[in-house]
Amino acid sequence: MFYSPVITNAAAVAKSDRLHLFRYVEYPDQIKVATYEQHGGYQNWRKALTGMTPEQVAETVKNSGLRGRGGAGFPTGLKWGFVPKNSPKPRYLVCNADESEPGTCKDRVLMERDPHAVIEGMAIASYAIGCRLMFIYIRGEFNHSIDRMESAMREAYTRGHLGKNIYGSGYDLDMIVHTGGGAYICGEETALLNSLEGERGLSRIRPPFPAIEGLYACPTIVNNVETLAAVPHIINHGAEWYRKLGTEKSAGSKIFSLSGHVKRPGNYEVELGFNLKSMIYDPAFGGGILGDKKLKGVIPGGASTPFLTPDMIDVQLDYEALTAKGSMLGSGAIIVFHEETCIVWVLLKLIHFFRHESCGKCTPCREGTAWLEQIIDRIEHGQGRPGDIEKMDEVCSNILGRTICPLGDAAVMPIQSAIRLYRDEWQYHIDNHRCQVNTRFEFK
Amino acid sequence: MILTAESIKQMKERAVQYPHHKSAILPALTIAYHQIGHLNDDLYAEIAKVINVPAGEVAEAATFYTMFPKEPVGKHLIQVCHNISCALMGADSLVGYLEKKLAIKKGETTKDNLFTLISVECLGSCATAPMMQINQDFYENLTPQKVDKILEELKAKG
Repeated sequence: MFYSPVITNAAAVAKSDRLHLFRYVEYPDQIKVATYEQHGGYQNWRKALTGMTPEQVAETVKNSGLRGRGGAGFPTGLKWGFVPKNSPKPRYLVCNADESEPGTCKDRVLMERDPHAVIEGMAIASYAIGCRLMFIYIRGEFNHSIDRMESAMREAYTRGHLGKNIYGSGYDLDMIVHTGGGAYICGEETALLNSLEGERGLSRIRPPFPAIEGLYACPTIVNNVETLAAVPHIINHGAEWYRKLGTEKSAGSKIFSLSGHVKRPGNYEVELGFNLKSMIYDPAFGGGILGDKKLKGVIPGGASTPFLTPDMIDVQLDYEALTAKGSMLGSGAIIVFHEETCIVWVLLKLIHFFRHESCGKCTPCREGTAWLEQIIDRIEHGQGRPGDIEKMDEVCSNILGRTICPLGDAAVMPIQSAIRLYRDEWQYHIDNHRCQVNTRFEFK
Repeated sequence: MILTAESIKQMKERAVQYPHHKSAILPALTIAYHQIGHLNDDLYAEIAKVINVPAGEVAEAATFYTMFPKEPVGKHLIQVCHNISCALMGADSLVGYLEKKLAIKKGETTKDNLFTLISVECLGSCATAPMMQINQDFYENLTPQKVDKILEELKAKG
């Protein structure tokens, strides 16, 4: 079994008193419970369970300003608060580790290199919502993450961090590592819950929201791996400390997965509000464009977020600043491409993905993504027809906002932005039956 | 029975963990896939009996999830990520390189039944592109030299 060789900025994080998620990800034996405990691990779980009420834990996380790191950016504490206080049903916590948004490879690093941090975050969240059985749903291809999470879970049981009467508190908490079957849609929380129930991964109509009726029709909270990994630090240092990190509205730190045409692709933890241009060009991060070529564009938050052109990259990486530029923070997956990249080629890769991953439940998404792929495929291969751009626009507007889950929107937003920002190139393709640039990337 | 006693034992252990044993369908499919390398109707029926759910429900779930091949594949299933981050780093040329090395086209299996080559959607190794998964293992930051070595080692293993 091979583990991810991905570059991180763990050394810089270790020297910072503000960054925290990556502090120990390159530390030998951090995956072992004894080492994790030496680094203060599970003390926050103990502190929450034996020294705080569930309401105090939830309030602390709410006041910290922590927002979902999986893509939607919803305030975490607020989400927890939606669980009905007096429901007689069991409550469930599900950690969403179905990391599949193209460009995103951050949760994997946490699971592979600091798995106990994920468990500790899950345990604290479970206590806050009154959950006695928590799940982690890991995408099935992540065999190494599954392996590490299972080993860590067994160790956590052995040391009494999970199981019956934890720390003598009378609180019981069990955990199940559940694995998926290779479906992007299962990263969407209602599809994930169907999948966890043994069904096809189709998204559900909301309401009811999972916090009211989720897994097995019981109150359920679904949180991303990175979100939960931040929770122990918030309990440790307090809401005020966390709130002071990042920007006023985007509190805390975030892991960015930097990929594509940069010299140093990797996973980098920075405070929210960090400058995107620095992320791409600073030698401590991306180190500039591969071959010192000219930048052509950036997808800042994973394959479902709108593009940024080079004149737009002097922007803060936070929820508000990217929205103001017409894009989104998403999962924090920054995909960079240089001047020798054909925009139609990029979109063909993206739409192929969304067409393949559409669960098929909603007609606009199922049929629309297939039409869009057909049109983009013919443009890319020199068979584009006059009116194709307008046709794409029309199909896009008939998908946007007309599906149960956000996959339809996710497929459409990059296309709309690519047409808006690179329209001449699409037109050139159609008029001249060929590409302006010769896109040929050799692996070497 | 196609399933081994060990696979059956693992499936039963999983089924009792869940509040509702239908949740064990996906873990059971994974166990069967790891044992056999692909899934089919006969297996759905066997799994259904082991975890005590209707066979139709097992098939219904199985056919949704693309991670499980539904036809026999070679001993080593090579899955190259062809999504955007890997494509920018040469995933298409990696597929071409493997096609040449193995003398097969994408989607085919070598005559000795050792390798099947396919390309798949994002495998979450975007900052270590290009990459491929072979059976349970990820191979990242690939170069032609690395690919040559990997194939040689797998051929030597048989």
